[in-house]
Amino acid sequence: MSKFKKKKDGELPPVSTASLPDIVFMLLFFFMTVTVMKDSEPKVKNELPNATEIKKLEKKDRVVYIYVGQPTEKYQSVYGTEPKIQLNDKFANVSEVGDYVLEEIAKKPEEVQAAITTALKIDKNANMGIVMDIKEQLRKVNALKVNYTTYDGDAFKNLQ
Amino acid sequence: MARRGGAPEVNAGSMADIAFLLLIFFLVTTTIETDAGLDRMLPPNEPPTDDQVVIKQRNIFEVQISKDGQLLVEDELLPIKDLKQKAIAFLDNGGAANGDPNYCDYCKGKRDPDSSDSPEKAVISLKNDRETKYAVYVTVQNELVAAYNELRNREAKRLGYDMNFSEMEAAYANQETPDETKEKLKIRIKKIQDLFPMKLSEAETNKN
Repeated sequence: MSKFKKKKDGELPPVSTASLPDIVFMLLFFFMTVTVMKDSEPKVKNELPNATEIKKLEKKDRVVYIYVGQPTEKYQSVYGTEPKIQLNDKFANVSEVGDYVLEEIAKKPEEVQAAITTALKIDKNANMGIVMDIKEQLRKVNALKVNYTTYDGDAFKNLQ
Repeated sequence: MARRGGAPEVNAGSMADIAFLLLIFFLVTTTIETDAGLDRMLPPNEPPTDDQVVIKQRNIFEVQISKDGQLLVEDELLPIKDLKQKAIAFLDNGGAANGDPNYCDYCKGKRDPDSSDSPEKAVISLKNDRETKYAVYVTVQNELVAAYNELRNREAKRLGYDMNFSEMEAAYANQETPDETKEKLKIRIKKIQDLFPMKLSEAETNKN
């Protein structure tokens, strides 16, 4: 009686799936770490204009966002159809922008506080009056780096 | 023969299924999008001083956007698609005579004495109405930045760099670029920026 059974010829050994969970876990951890869950629901229409000479906002921890646009249909009965400013998840007046930006900057780690960019996500149908007021506010609190957030595309499409 | 005693092994066969479920959840909720846009610096909010800086009229390139989206460049109506060329012609003019301290030896413009002296002196003044559409404003900004970028790219090529200016800036902003490359890029970017400094004024001050 032999101790080892002789393998039958012609039969492929099954592929081991024991490492499958490891591979899947690796992918899982990757996506878990890169996921950014949206923390605020947009309350304004935010169709950005197009531009070609754009630069990426690489460091997300150094960005403060300001949204401007027409309130979405749900809020139009209360806030009307004129473009409004949204800070975090509530509507705000122009006069609150400065304080909000200062507050957001104070929340960031100290070493990046000097390099904060304010991303202005402004609907393309907004008019410049509100934008000028925001810029004036930002100048007052000395948050001078701004980024007019846009889509990548032909800028002349904006004019149609 | 199976050994008795000892805890029975837990079946780990369904581990993969659980992990897959989680994986699919995170796959669906992930947004790996980075925002992009036009970077601009606002003018600092300094207290008004008595001594006003007087800029010569020929060194100012005046762009006005009316509330219905029309463009008035140097008091003439101009279609927006011609703005870039006109801005390049202004910036690259180099009107100062040879021997003048402002003489620009790398300019390739017409050297018209009624246009800007040198890129260093040239200022673009952008004014808009409160009712101007933001989309038009961004288009104009985009065209003006494009004018600067085109000139800077030209200079990068002239200086024999292996990348053009836009690529260098992108590489500098990229977190994966090694530090020593960044140092090198920083010097080059600064050099080109000094050749064509971006002087885009949006102040509502009146000129003299």
